[in-house]
Amino acid sequence: MDWTELIFKTIFLIIIFVVTLVVAMYSTYGERKVAAFMQDRRGPNRAGPFGLLQPLADGLKMFMKEEIIPLTANKNLFIIGPSIAMTTALLTGVVIPWGGTISIGGRIFSLQVADLNIGILYVFAMVSIGVYGIMIGGWASNNKYALLGAIRAASQMISYELAMGMSIIALVLTTGTLSLHEIVSQQHGMHWNIFYQPLGFFIFLICAFAETNRAPFDLPECETELIGGYHTEYSSMKLGFYLFAEYINMFISSAVIATLYFGGYNMPFIDQLGLSMNTVTFIGTFFFFLKIFSMIFLFMWIRWTLPRFRYDQLMNMGWKGLIPLAMFNIVATGIYYFFTELK
Amino acid sequence: MQNLTNRSKMVSDKKMTFMEWIYVPAIIKGMSITIRHFFSKKTTISYPEEKREFSKVYRGQHVLKRDDQGRERCTACGLCAVACPAEAITMRAAERKPGEENLYREEKYAAVYEINMLRCIYCGDCEDACPKEAIFLTDRIVASQYERQPFVYGKDILVEPFDLNLRIDISARQTDAVAQFKSVKRYAHNK
Repeated sequence: MDWTELIFKTIFLIIIFVVTLVVAMYSTYGERKVAAFMQDRRGPNRAGPFGLLQPLADGLKMFMKEEIIPLTANKNLFIIGPSIAMTTALLTGVVIPWGGTISIGGRIFSLQVADLNIGILYVFAMVSIGVYGIMIGGWASNNKYALLGAIRAASQMISYELAMGMSIIALVLTTGTLSLHEIVSQQHGMHWNIFYQPLGFFIFLICAFAETNRAPFDLPECETELIGGYHTEYSSMKLGFYLFAEYINMFISSAVIATLYFGGYNMPFIDQLGLSMNTVTFIGTFFFFLKIFSMIFLFMWIRWTLPRFRYDQLMNMGWKGLIPLAMFNIVATGIYYFFTELK
Repeated sequence: MQNLTNRSKMVSDKKMTFMEWIYVPAIIKGMSITIRHFFSKKTTISYPEEKREFSKVYRGQHVLKRDDQGRERCTACGLCAVACPAEAITMRAAERKPGEENLYREEKYAAVYEINMLRCIYCGDCEDACPKEAIFLTDRIVASQYERQPFVYGKDILVEPFDLNLRIDISARQTDAVAQFKSVKRYAHNK
């Protein structure tokens, strides 16, 4: 890797970092607006035009709040918890292909920070580490509600990761690769994986909701029974980190879903337009973000529609519903490819 | 066991049917409801920018009227204070001195006239009781305050401005029908 490549990657990394944070920031605004609209309200509209400065005000408020570390808490772990949640949430973005290739001064750069040949596994690893943030935070708080929330989060994540992994196995059977870049380029045109793996997509989507702790799976932080779940004892920006990590996770999982099932930065009829490479990449990235935002909207739409599951219902659905379904999906996909490859 | 009311229902513990168990139809139904609300017209009125239209005869903050020559109409007879069911009105009368004819219409006037807006129930009885057509309720809203004391409105707030252009319009409440009604001396409060 030479210097220009390194410089480009560094700049690109910083851009992704900033974009992720900004999108997550405005997801909080979007969430409040969507919630308000679905409840026939107006939503935040006082800070700035259409309330667009609301996220800044919220962030400022978080910084201004008093920082409390409970006396009985394990101080180091108490601080490490939100840090892990935030870090792992941000780390996933590096393997996602944000666009095609662009040429700057005759050199060609790919709009993906790291094209790992095991991209999907990397995403999974990061998501799995993410649960440690919640676990450690909940445990270090030394509070029964926080601990209960953490336990719920852990068991929920483990249960749904199984089904999620199995739906991915079926996808890998279809694509034949684990690299996200490869998966996206295979979906060129309208060969989106959702048409080949509708059931897999369905399972993956449900699991994505569970993995990001979004409603109807927000049991770890259900305020009616657990006060605030794992972040009961947190205040100030450490609480802000937890809440923010949730929105980053939502953004990243939307990006992963768009990459895996909706063709990533591909858009239909792009080849027929006869545009230059940079333009195509630009439009593709725009289209990719459009897909991501639609997914985020779906996340919010579901959150403000459905009530929370009961814990036994959650476990029932994970173990007795989704895992057999995902297994069936693998077998069906396997059989299909076994017989079609034979011919 | 004997039922106390007829409203009790047996709780059923039936098994979910397959369609219920897969949740999807119910979820889609719910999502269609929320998306309809998403695009529906919002009923909220963004208050300071957008004001709700009041009834023409809305009973809000009071005004003490001046006559055409800018003289205060109130003669401090105290009928409004007597009529007030909430005992919100207090006044102290004073005698007009020579040279003040351009300020007060009658020989007697209210040196102090206070309405406690926290006591007032905006019934409009003071307006009915007034024989001089001096006090009226208007469609203005009493502003909120942080303390109790500022809610006791004195003459500085209640009396309308001297400038003819800044006079408070009470024509909606002072219609001909009202004037006619007030002229009937048969009714006790018109005497």
